[in-house]
Amino acid sequence: MKPRQKRLLFVALAIVGVGTAATLALTALNSNISYFFSPTQVLANEAPQDRVFRLGGLVTEGSIARQEDGLTVHFDVTDNAETVTVAYTGILPDLFSEGQGVVTKGRLGPDGVFYADEVLAKHDESYMPPEVESTLQTAQAEGASDTAETAGVSN
Amino acid sequence: MSDFFAQGGYAFFVWGAYGMTALLLVIEVLQLRARQRTIRARLGRLMRIRDAGANDQ
Amino acid sequence: MALNWFKFASPASFYPIAGRLVPAFWIITLILLGLGLYWGFFETADRLGGSNAQKEYYRIIFIHVPAAWMSMWLYVVMVGWAAIGLVFNTRLSFMMANAVAPTGAIFTFLALWTGAFWGRPSWGTYWDWDPRLTSELVLFFLYIGYIALHSAIDDVRRADRAAALLAIVGLIMVPVIFWSINCPDPNQCAALHQRSDLTQIDANILFAMLAMTFGFWTYSFATSFMRLRGIILQRESESAWVRDLLDTGDKA
Repeated sequence: MKPRQKRLLFVALAIVGVGTAATLALTALNSNISYFFSPTQVLANEAPQDRVFRLGGLVTEGSIARQEDGLTVHFDVTDNAETVTVAYTGILPDLFSEGQGVVTKGRLGPDGVFYADEVLAKHDESYMPPEVESTLQTAQAEGASDTAETAGVSN
Repeated sequence: MSDFFAQGGYAFFVWGAYGMTALLLVIEVLQLRARQRTIRARLGRLMRIRDAGANDQ
Repeated sequence: MALNWFKFASPASFYPIAGRLVPAFWIITLILLGLGLYWGFFETADRLGGSNAQKEYYRIIFIHVPAAWMSMWLYVVMVGWAAIGLVFNTRLSFMMANAVAPTGAIFTFLALWTGAFWGRPSWGTYWDWDPRLTSELVLFFLYIGYIALHSAIDDVRRADRAAALLAIVGLIMVPVIFWSINCPDPNQCAALHQRSDLTQIDANILFAMLAMTFGFWTYSFATSFMRLRGIILQRESESAWVRDLLDTGDKA
């Protein structure tokens, strides 16, 4: 074997090795790590107790209720199967609205309410001006179901 | 015109992002030009010193 | 034929070629960035609609997405040259890898910075340990690691090989970044970033974004070749052709 071929083999092996490691890492990531828990998982007690975790899902239509202090907001997060009520005090992000995906970080109280200290809004992959969006009813419906899919159940 | 700079009240975020991009790209280019000049000047000086040394002998 | 290639790929013959290419790339860059910025700010809607009702801040997309793409693409280019250098022991390919790295690091930093300035008004946070953000941060550290490792080793040939190996091992991050949102099952990699789908983007927004992307690409060519010329002069300073070049005061 000429030195050049040897080096070629070495580099090829390195790339194959890295590729294998990447595949393994991605498989492991896909099956084990969930960035957030869904309401179904929370109600099935799969989410950690007494520890901060993320709850993700869609904000249920008509569930946003400002409390009397004017700062605290209650809303329901759903994965279209189960629902968890979230309590949050603070400023909500611009994209937060009913039917929109959210990721909240906080603890589950003994009363079953999720006390969040951070609420982040998710959005879907459509970047369309409003006029176009309103004429494309079907596209909008698809977009909404996509959001539900992305934000929804992770099982 | 002021509407353009206000970006609907999101000027801080829009210009914060664009400003840093412009700043870094311009700095990179200026730094590269300065570096090329420095290298050429240094190599030129080295060569003159060497030539002078050769003539002395 | 292979012989011709190696001759063409010698630093001495590529130095003037790069010198002639740089101004051409600058002209194309200015045209593309000008077009992209004009289109992005004046030919697009101020606000988006539907279930992604972003306000003016969505315009950060015109630099954020191109910078993120370049951060990954330049890493692949860097690893490509480093691997060619390891296999064929060609001086110029290692120099190319060195010349690309700082520009790649800058675009990676810009992807993170512009992402923070976009994430705050839209999601509600500058930073989150979202899989995509985390893997992009690791890519930034890899660029810094490559540059630092190379400058820490005095013997240039050893530095080339060590840094090349680091770069190749770090290539793992590029598919990780890509699949951190585009994995086959979006429920499994759900995060703040949404799955990317160019067909869901308005034609004007897409056009501005692509113009900026190609502008950043030609910018990368221009700065890499400028840096490459500096590296060539430094490394070949003992050779006859560099002396001739400095003697004649040739600006090429």
